[in-house]
Amino acid sequence: MTIEEWLENALRDADRRELPALKPLLEGLAKSTAALRAADWNLDVSGELPETPPEHAR
Amino acid sequence: MLAESVSLAELSRSIQSGAVSSEAVTERCLERIAQRDSAVNAFITVLADEARAQARAADQEIAAGRSRGPLHGVPISLKDLIDLRGTPTSAASRVRRGHVAARDSVVAARLRAAGAVFVGKTNLHEFALGTTNEDSAYGPVHHPLDHSRSPGGSSGGSAAAILSEMCYASIGSDTGGSIRIPSAACGLVGLKPAFGEIPIDGVVPLSRTFDHIGPLCRSVEDTAILHQTLAGESRPAPVTARELRGLRLGVPRAYFFTLLDPEIAARFEEACARLMTAGVILEEVTIPHAADAPAIYVHVALPEAAACHAQTLESQPQDYTPNVRLRLEMARYIMGEDYVRGMRGRDVLTREVNAALHGRDGLLLPTLPVPAITLGAATVAVGASEEPVRAITLRLTQPFNITGHPAMTMPCGRTAEGLPAGAQLVGKQTLDLLSVASAIERILQPT
Repeated sequence: MTIEEWLENALRDADRRELPALKPLLEGLAKSTAALRAADWNLDVSGELPETPPEHAR
Repeated sequence: MLAESVSLAELSRSIQSGAVSSEAVTERCLERIAQRDSAVNAFITVLADEARAQARAADQEIAAGRSRGPLHGVPISLKDLIDLRGTPTSAASRVRRGHVAARDSVVAARLRAAGAVFVGKTNLHEFALGTTNEDSAYGPVHHPLDHSRSPGGSSGGSAAAILSEMCYASIGSDTGGSIRIPSAACGLVGLKPAFGEIPIDGVVPLSRTFDHIGPLCRSVEDTAILHQTLAGESRPAPVTARELRGLRLGVPRAYFFTLLDPEIAARFEEACARLMTAGVILEEVTIPHAADAPAIYVHVALPEAAACHAQTLESQPQDYTPNVRLRLEMARYIMGEDYVRGMRGRDVLTREVNAALHGRDGLLLPTLPVPAITLGAATVAVGASEEPVRAITLRLTQPFNITGHPAMTMPCGRTAEGLPAGAQLVGKQTLDLLSVASAIERILQPT
């Protein structure tokens, strides 16, 4: 399910449950979920995690 | 008056030597609660009679040569989501009206065995789901130094009770920063131990993956006593401070320093300068995906919280405070696949923090990006931008709930308004962390 589809369904459900105050929270959550899914380590969830360099000192 | 407070360890030495009795000290704490708590609202339940009885028993045992160790006879408090047998555990919610704990939580049992005196159960953000304590069935906690501000949360009653000299330490919980945030805002020391180190049995859960139990108190020495007791050590040993010269600490500037109140940043940089003068080696390090921490946190912590609350959200939604109810309802919409993505992010961040700690004695960064926040504020100014209160308060602490590394805050000066700033130290193992903290504690504070 895309985030757009998810958000549309969630907003409709908030209306059905008579919880309009939930809608701004769901819109914020959609942005957070988009950020999570866009993380480079999440592009292939079934794959191995990317290598982490042993040293990050600059 | 507040600045003259003695630490738990100092008090303990006085009780053990007979210079002061537990009964007298406990009575003074109860007097301060009676005098000050109407303005601060730190306590949900005060256990005056029980505390007096425990104190009398402690004095008798110590006089008879049967000391149980450094907590014997010391008045402390528990955040009111930790079970203490025979007393309500409200979690600051009407949802739990009528609850009385049938038995001690593991941590309460260990403290009881160590002879601690429980003066009461402290106020919190309802179910620990927030960082200001404003959403509590028992009303907000007020910062003892400025009643128009929050002491930070969710263990805000614990921090306010210590700062108001109503007890010498408190036990809190930390799922995204709830021990470290109020400790920093109140100028105290607060420890989130390593994940899994302290049992959470008998503690109202929020997120099983991120929940931690730990102490709030006045010094690293106090922290070490409490941590060892919570971990099951019946005779806590003093922590030996590491040699200061040559200590190697990483400072993760990217992400962690991009949103800081100028005065908080200044106090931290001044502390860094003092540390370097004392021979501590500070090196900039990076945690490449630190900016993903808020999204990871939300998609793991909130579904777990929703699972804990699903039944009561259905049966008694009106008993939640409105904000907490809405946040839990929002959490019920998070998809399972995104929870899995969040757990994968946890692995990524854990590896990156391990890498940043490799070859170093700890990481050093600010704890709370802003001074204590005004009650009722939805946003707070950070430099030129306005940031949501919840996001800004969790920003620097929640990464280490995700990774499970031990992390603690220590005071590092005050703003021009006299509000405390905190420095956060992150390590690999809690006892090593305490040794490093013991070495740098005094230098972090300006003289």
